[in-house]
Amino acid sequence: MEKFKTLKSTCIPLPLQDIDTDQIIPARFLKATTREGFGDNLFRDWRYKENDHLNPDFILNQPGITGDVLVAGENFGCGSSREHAAWALFDFGFKVVISSFFADIFKNNALNNGLLPVQVSNEFLNLLFEKIQADPSTEVNVSLEDQEISIAGTDFKESFEINPYKKYCLVQGYDDIDFLISKKEEIKEFEDNRLEVAR
Amino acid sequence: MLMEVKTLFDKIWDNHVVHQIENGPNVLYIDKHFIHEVTSPQAFAGLKERGIGVYRPEQTVATADHNVPTQDQHLPIKDALSRHQVDTLIKNCDEFGVELYGLGHPYQGIVHVIGPELGITQPGMTIVCGDSHTSTHGAFGNIAFGIGTSEVEQVLATQCVLQRKPKTMKIQIDGVLNKGVVSKDIILYVISKLSTSGGTGYFIEFCGSAIEGLSMEARMTICNMSIEMGARGGLIAPDDTTFNYIKDREFAPKGELWERKLAYWKTLKSDKGASFDKEIHFKAEDIEPMITYGTNPGMGIGVSETIPAVNGQSDVTLKKALEYMDLTGGSQLLGKKVDYVFIGSCTNSRIEDLRMVADLVKGKKKAEHVNAMIIPGSKQVEKQAVTEGIDKVLAEAGFELRQPGCSACLGMNEDKVPKGKYCVSTSNRNFEGRQGPGARTMLASPLTAAASAITGHVTDVREMLN
Ligand code: SF4
Repeated sequence: MEKFKTLKSTCIPLPLQDIDTDQIIPARFLKATTREGFGDNLFRDWRYKENDHLNPDFILNQPGITGDVLVAGENFGCGSSREHAAWALFDFGFKVVISSFFADIFKNNALNNGLLPVQVSNEFLNLLFEKIQADPSTEVNVSLEDQEISIAGTDFKESFEINPYKKYCLVQGYDDIDFLISKKEEIKEFEDNRLEVAR
Repeated sequence: MLMEVKTLFDKIWDNHVVHQIENGPNVLYIDKHFIHEVTSPQAFAGLKERGIGVYRPEQTVATADHNVPTQDQHLPIKDALSRHQVDTLIKNCDEFGVELYGLGHPYQGIVHVIGPELGITQPGMTIVCGDSHTSTHGAFGNIAFGIGTSEVEQVLATQCVLQRKPKTMKIQIDGVLNKGVVSKDIILYVISKLSTSGGTGYFIEFCGSAIEGLSMEARMTICNMSIEMGARGGLIAPDDTTFNYIKDREFAPKGELWERKLAYWKTLKSDKGASFDKEIHFKAEDIEPMITYGTNPGMGIGVSETIPAVNGQSDVTLKKALEYMDLTGGSQLLGKKVDYVFIGSCTNSRIEDLRMVADLVKGKKKAEHVNAMIIPGSKQVEKQAVTEGIDKVLAEAGFELRQPGCSACLGMNEDKVPKGKYCVSTSNRNFEGRQGPGARTMLASPLTAAASAITGHVTDVREMLN
């Protein structure tokens, strides 16, 4: 997993609530058996019209809108548990997703892939949407170390929560499986001591 | 000594904690792991990269369901990518020693249908699968939840997963259900009240007299959709209904072990006075047959109600949903022309669902213009339907009974609803494009779906009863 410390970037705004993982990557593109290449079909049915023509109205297709940060409305990543959603966002180039609320499974999946979910207040989120709308070159600074997000060139900033263990993993580029494998002895001991009826 | 008062969830969770990371997640031991072709290949690839095997292969069960055709399953899969994905599962199971109920196997079916019907799913367990509707298994009084592929790899490698302990919520539903109202309506009603994020961060225990009166199939429908409120999962305390369902199934404990397990299972309930982080009560009498109008499962109404109107700027999400559905706020869904009816998915494809549909459509014919598809949840359900003559009843009514799989629930195979068409579906998600690009899904119970197939428009099933 890639390490994450700080990021300064422009943002891509998607001010819709309840964006589900079927929108992030539709099921018909889940047939691959590797983790790569899902970025091509990120937000497929919003990005393309029928006959695979680009939809010029969709934000990712608008000239001058770029960035490593996706800013989305409340309850981002709800629905299917497909980790392909996190892979698609990461593969496309996103490093951070900002929202006022993330669905549980998506949050775990993102963290397991070096994609940082930054949960901010509704006020901060709305302010950020306004700033980006007024000026698409608006940048945010994200510091994982300080758990802080700020709008560059302004006094607007907010701290965000992240589990200390997950923070450690991201900063070190260390993953959960490494950790669990290091606990094998303890797992074996747990198995040996279980009540038979509870198995 | 003062006994600690615990919820059912806490009892099971605490029984499975191997290790607590300070200020971090728990190492949670997993009793049963279900895998399928779509979310497992990258996990197996990860194991290969690390040069490790599956730690407890006998605790993992595989099936092919998401990406399989529902016709001619004896023939090679036509779509090359799908075939490759299913073949990869076969190879991986073979190489890593995992039991596979693949295409052609008498136990094959949707992962959340086969676990319970084979007696693999039991009270008190922890169960995971790379699929969000793993919550279904919670109907048997266990902790079951969906995980991502990295977590699938964790479980394959160590039989454990790193999880933070969720908060607990109690949803109590008392009373007697109205005529024509079934468990799908209960859960659609609850989600419409709580919204798609109302349960995020929680594990939900469903209880109350209306829940206790339900069959296992009906309880599974409730727990299945608890994820649609954002909850990690849902569970229902096991009782005689649960025990009678499990007894004598293929992998159920037998003989003396059964007696001992039964005694343990009977202790699995929330203690009197146990406190939940949140408690909500509903009355069964308030629920009518439900249907969704929008593009998430929280956008549901009673079938006789009107679609909410868009209220100014703040309703962008509702506005977008109604545009996608080509519906108008303030109007009724009742009477809306229906093009497709899909009866299937891990929410409603069990034998009881098929019986319910057969009873309603017996001696009737579907409307000419409706395409009505029924996909049994498993090979065993399919077989039972034939034994009971349900297949004939359905065929006479013009319904097409296909072979088991996820099918048009997620539109991964060729079973899709065409762009712009309206489908009354017994599945669990009405997201944009879920049943195919541009498809318009209205979620409802098998009864409402079957009734709508007969009349050709959204129908209040109560008018067809008695
Ligand atoms: S039937 Fe639908 S919801 Fe259920 S496991 Fe299959 S794809 Fe998922």
